[in-house]
Amino acid sequence: MSHTLRVDIVSAEAEIFSGDAQLVVATGEMGELGIAPRHAPLITRLKPGHVDVVLGNGERQQFWVSGGILEVQPQVVTVLADTAARASDLDEAAAQRAKQEAEDALANRTDAVEIAEAQAKLAEAITQLQALERLRKTLKH
Amino acid sequence: MASGREIKTKIKSTQNMRKVTRALEMVSASKIRKAQDLMKASRPYARAMRKVIAHVAQASTDFSHPFLQEREKVARVGFLVISTDRGLCGGLNSNLFRRLLPVIREWQDKGAEIDVVAVGQKAVQFFRRLKGVNLIGSATHLGEKPKVEDLVGVIKVMLDAYTGGKLDRVFLAHNDFVNTMTQKPSIHALLPLPVVAEEMVSGEGKPNSPDFPVAGLKLEQKHDWDYIYEPDAATVLEFVLGRYIESVVYQGVLENLASEHAARMVAMKAASDNANKVIGELTLIYNKARQAAITQEISEIVGGAAAV
Repeated sequence: MSHTLRVDIVSAEAEIFSGDAQLVVATGEMGELGIAPRHAPLITRLKPGHVDVVLGNGERQQFWVSGGILEVQPQVVTVLADTAARASDLDEAAAQRAKQEAEDALANRTDAVEIAEAQAKLAEAITQLQALERLRKTLKH
Repeated sequence: MASGREIKTKIKSTQNMRKVTRALEMVSASKIRKAQDLMKASRPYARAMRKVIAHVAQASTDFSHPFLQEREKVARVGFLVISTDRGLCGGLNSNLFRRLLPVIREWQDKGAEIDVVAVGQKAVQFFRRLKGVNLIGSATHLGEKPKVEDLVGVIKVMLDAYTGGKLDRVFLAHNDFVNTMTQKPSIHALLPLPVVAEEMVSGEGKPNSPDFPVAGLKLEQKHDWDYIYEPDAATVLEFVLGRYIESVVYQGVLENLASEHAARMVAMKAASDNANKVIGELTLIYNKARQAAITQEISEIVGGAAAV
């Protein structure tokens, strides 16, 4: 019991993952975090990026979140994502398109709000692509 | 034959009514599915959020956020009441208000003043008429797909009043969707968080709800502990607490929406059935009256012929 973590990943639209794991890796606001069982309580905001869950049998599941909250209790990890997806469900073409659109929007910038919006979109698209890249690498191994 | 025609008009008007109730029933029956999906989809998030918040409330943090402090003297109480926009949904709204009134009176007896933020036309109408209650904000016509953005305004009214010390307690009241036949009015605390956590751990306020008491809520640690906050307590808590309120209120709206359609469907089905019964009875009376008239006519003719 004390050698596993209970992990819940939920987004505003659905429950994405729920189960036991031995390690969770997430992108916190201050940098990447690796959480093993009996971690000290921690709470942080998440940046758009990947969340990896290493299951009890060593299998690695990859997720992508657009931001949210990560709460850590010694035996429980909760990820409250704004939007989340399994990395394998991500659509590379769509992400590329989103990236292109965001870049175009940045190029034809008009006012500060729009720039901030476009930058956020760009960051999201880039992290989606990165998550796909990482997924591809792990599949090759 | 006047009475015959009268009955006939009555039958006609009841048939027209049945048309309306049937249509409403079918509209709700088709909408309930979507509303239910919407509600079910966001339930896990709201549940996980409540769990996190209960943990946060139990942490002994140095940083003091107004949401985390329980004020000793409760001088003003706020209620965020979620109702439907339209009527014809059985006793849905009146059940909620009936459940809410004793709670409001109880606080008033303790000397507290009551502020209400109403979501939905029905709550607005009700609390505008209710004496001794201030209506400080309202949101109506959220439609079939409520958006969080539509609720930000009313939430802000409440939170600003709370942060500014104008409110010492905030409650959320709405209908909980249990299943198509049952909707349960629920009233539970929204702020401050220690009250919320207590309520959740004890399961009070939502005794029959599947979500309460939330499993794994009570932490095993007995000693004082605190989170590691990244980057710092103020930023993280501000963000988390804001999200929490939004998600709980939004979930309330979705539950209420599903309840509305369920209640309307059931109420309109009952109305259609009643209309059928009335039409049947009236038709019977009409036929009897016609038969009686014919019989009378015949006996008059026969009587007349016999006299000749």
